[in-house]
Amino acid sequence: MTVDANAVQETDPEAQGLAARPMHPLVEFWVYFRESRGAVAGMAVIAVVVIVAIFADVLAPHDPTEQFRDSLLTPPVWAEDGSWAFPLGTDAVGRDMLSRIMHGARFSMVIGLVVVTLSLSIGIGLGLVAGFFRGVVETLIMRLMDIMLALPSLLLAIVIVAILGPSLFNAMVAIALVYLPHFARLTRAAAIGELSRDYVTASRVAGAGLPRLMFSTVLPNCLPPLIVQATLAFSSAILDAAALGFLGLGAQPPLPEWGTMLAEAREFVLRAWWVVTFPGLAILVTVLAFNLMGDGLRDALDPKLKRS
Amino acid sequence: MALLDIRNLRVEFRTAQGLFPAVDGIDLTVDEGELLGVVGESGSGKSVTMLALMGLLPWTANVTADRMEFAGRDMLSIPPRERRRLTGAEMAMIFQEPMSSLNPCFTVGFQLTEAIKVHQGGTRRQRRDQAAELLQQVGIPSAASRLSAFPHQLSGGMNQRVMIAMAIACNPKLLIADEPTTALDVTIQAQILDLLVQLQRERGMALILITHDMAVVAETARRVNVMYAGQQVETRPVDSLFDNPRHPYTAALLDALPERASGKTRLPTIPGVVPGIADRPGGCLFHPRCRFAQQRCKTNRPELESDRDGRVRCFFPLDRGEPTDWPEDAESRGSAA
Amino acid sequence: MSGETVLTAENLVRTYTTGGGMFRAAADVKALAGVSFSLRAGRTLAVVGESGCGKSTLARLVTMIEKPTDGVLRVDGRDVVGADYQERKRLRQEVQIVFQDPYGSLNPRKKVGAILEEPLRINTRMSAADRKERAESMMAHVGLRREHYSRYPHMFSGGQRQRIAIARALMLQPRILVADEPVSALDVSIQAQVLNLLMDLQDEFDLAYLFISHDLSVVRHIAEDIMVMYLGRAVEHGPREAIFDAPRHPYTQALLASTPAVEPAHRRERIALTGELPSPINPPSGCAFHPRCPFATDRCRTERPELRPVHGREVACHHAEAIADGVATRKGATAAADASAAQ
Repeated sequence: MTVDANAVQETDPEAQGLAARPMHPLVEFWVYFRESRGAVAGMAVIAVVVIVAIFADVLAPHDPTEQFRDSLLTPPVWAEDGSWAFPLGTDAVGRDMLSRIMHGARFSMVIGLVVVTLSLSIGIGLGLVAGFFRGVVETLIMRLMDIMLALPSLLLAIVIVAILGPSLFNAMVAIALVYLPHFARLTRAAAIGELSRDYVTASRVAGAGLPRLMFSTVLPNCLPPLIVQATLAFSSAILDAAALGFLGLGAQPPLPEWGTMLAEAREFVLRAWWVVTFPGLAILVTVLAFNLMGDGLRDALDPKLKRS
Repeated sequence: MALLDIRNLRVEFRTAQGLFPAVDGIDLTVDEGELLGVVGESGSGKSVTMLALMGLLPWTANVTADRMEFAGRDMLSIPPRERRRLTGAEMAMIFQEPMSSLNPCFTVGFQLTEAIKVHQGGTRRQRRDQAAELLQQVGIPSAASRLSAFPHQLSGGMNQRVMIAMAIACNPKLLIADEPTTALDVTIQAQILDLLVQLQRERGMALILITHDMAVVAETARRVNVMYAGQQVETRPVDSLFDNPRHPYTAALLDALPERASGKTRLPTIPGVVPGIADRPGGCLFHPRCRFAQQRCKTNRPELESDRDGRVRCFFPLDRGEPTDWPEDAESRGSAA
Repeated sequence: MSGETVLTAENLVRTYTTGGGMFRAAADVKALAGVSFSLRAGRTLAVVGESGCGKSTLARLVTMIEKPTDGVLRVDGRDVVGADYQERKRLRQEVQIVFQDPYGSLNPRKKVGAILEEPLRINTRMSAADRKERAESMMAHVGLRREHYSRYPHMFSGGQRQRIAIARALMLQPRILVADEPVSALDVSIQAQVLNLLMDLQDEFDLAYLFISHDLSVVRHIAEDIMVMYLGRAVEHGPREAIFDAPRHPYTQALLASTPAVEPAHRRERIALTGELPSPINPPSGCAFHPRCPFATDRCRTERPELRPVHGREVACHHAEAIADGVATRKGATAAADASAAQ
């Protein structure tokens, strides 16, 4: 019977919620976030990647574009013929793989950051406008978003890059546009939900103007789902940028972007496994870390999933 | 013999901050065909008691009791399968939110016939006829045609009537109504309460009416159980309880009702709030908010004692608003302030 | 100054358009179909009615969240509907609101201090220190402690949240407070505390209350004047004593009879209302109450009764006198009763 499940949920707060101890929101967040081990591990990996990206110049043993002509396609250190000079080996023109991957982390972080910032800020703007001005404006914005969602994302990105011309920056703009509808839809849904609540009305009665209602009253309460979506979009952006790079539409050689590195190494796959494996692994680990952290964030920030 | 007999029921919830006793020593007896009112504020454990009886508590709950018997069967050791058969057939429950208690995806008739099917069987035709008859009994006009309606097509009052029809479908011996009218409008509330009392009388069914509304209890119940912070503090016949409450909490609660205030004056209030998990006091649970608290109340926990026509959990039960056995010596009087 | 009229509403109407989807014609719903009243400083007018009677719509109009479709609303003698932006902004500060649900009415991401100071931040040029001082003094007025200033709403119980909401409403020193079911979500003991607080604050600041409630025992305690509403119209409007001691409209009578009472002396013979609350989308013809009314006649089915003075209050019922004298007969009143009522 459906009755039973409801009953249990109804009584829970009465029995347990009573004693809610004052806890600072940040502390509360950490208590819930800590519960998921995967999320904490993901966060640790991300911290490492960020540190590597920031200090790549200091940490990397070589310059990422320097070509060591006498040691082309050197295998990693633990393989036969490996050398400590190039711990992860070198590529076809003799560049150190480790240094390139470390510098590549810098690109990946920048790509993720730029893409998420761009699509998040524009998406929030469009979503809030759609949520506040119901009617023609909303219909216009949301149908446009629907059309963008109807196109395959990579195809859309390729079209945009084809129009703007291949470069890392254009690739980032293209990917940002691809993710825009997700943020706009999410913001609009959250804003409409919050708008019907009494505290918004109270703000209105107090005389709050539109900008204040949008950004100071409503937006902070819409943030939790957006933060989660932003983390997940961060990883997808890295992946998509790598895909565009692989297709030759993103970062151009000799930039050590991970996807571009994969593309350059394509023809050596059979002869030198390390030239594709390590950039691929770097992408995999970073994306996985972000996804794990996103899941943890969702558990910690979504009140519906909170227990007792 | 009593239909329902519960002795010293405890329900503890495992929470992040340790064990929380939501129900702390409840005794409950209901005779066949009796109408018992259970009143208490939020957090008094009144709903949890009933859910424990129905076996509907989540896994974090720890239920213990000296005795929990329903119709001669021990509900503590009953196998889950048999308990499921019992709940619904011999005891049924209705809830506060009629809209969310019904599944929005199925018609009223389907949900009603399902309930009949599970417990009674019969042919499809018989079940449908019985469902229509039940709807008629709970006062739904043109009952047969309402069978194909979805819950969202009916009003809150109508949905509550459907819930009642589902609950009485199998002629239960006990019906538990948990705040059945709180979500409804005043005139609809009166209709539903009248319906419940009428069904209880006609069918000789026992009815436990859980509510926070003193007035609802005063108008419907014969005997009242007052609960506070998971404990039963007083139980007695309704007239005697409202005329001469013996527990200070009951008295204070009645005084706080606007209906009892005369003219536009300030209402007597109970200071403080119901204790939560972290600030559960020692001694009598009500002593921090009690006007008459003595040193003894702060250290010892009073037991539920029988008196002339009921039971009360207080060292100095009131009589006409004055505490009895009030200590004479000045020292303990001074500490009362 | 007490007793001065601070707000008047004349024939307020609010119509919503619903439906109007791709395949449906839009329908007009009269949530409020012409309501008039006035509020006086230091006094309380209670609006009583069940769901769909228009009391929440009335609150939205009075607090200027929405504009009335028709009618006049005057605050301080000035017309709100026709006012320019500056005037509206000023008048808006005079009317504030307290909501029913203490959990939804406070912004969960803001500290109590910021919640209380927001109205000042928007409407005044006070310095941060002045704002804080004002907030702390208001907190003291409503019984909150100084250290609550920097806490988040989720750390408070329902009763305390309602105190915060009341403090916020009073920050701009309004003259009118709309209380939309302010104690319905609270426990009895907490309800008494909040009611006392509201009464204390009314005396202290000479506030006019528009008190919306469905709980007649609360209304009887706090309000001097009562307006009973049914389906967007007032059916009975007058002083508390007149309405509680001798209700004249059959709906008021039924409402009073349906309200459960602790004291046997307060219980009335229950007038069982049959049927459901009608929907404002498709209101009954004539008197909106006639399908549920035990005294309804043919006249009620066709002709809508206007509010008219009867025995010291206003009633919208064709048979008010007959009902008062006990002449009207239930269900199927005779032509004689009808005629006597018409005179």
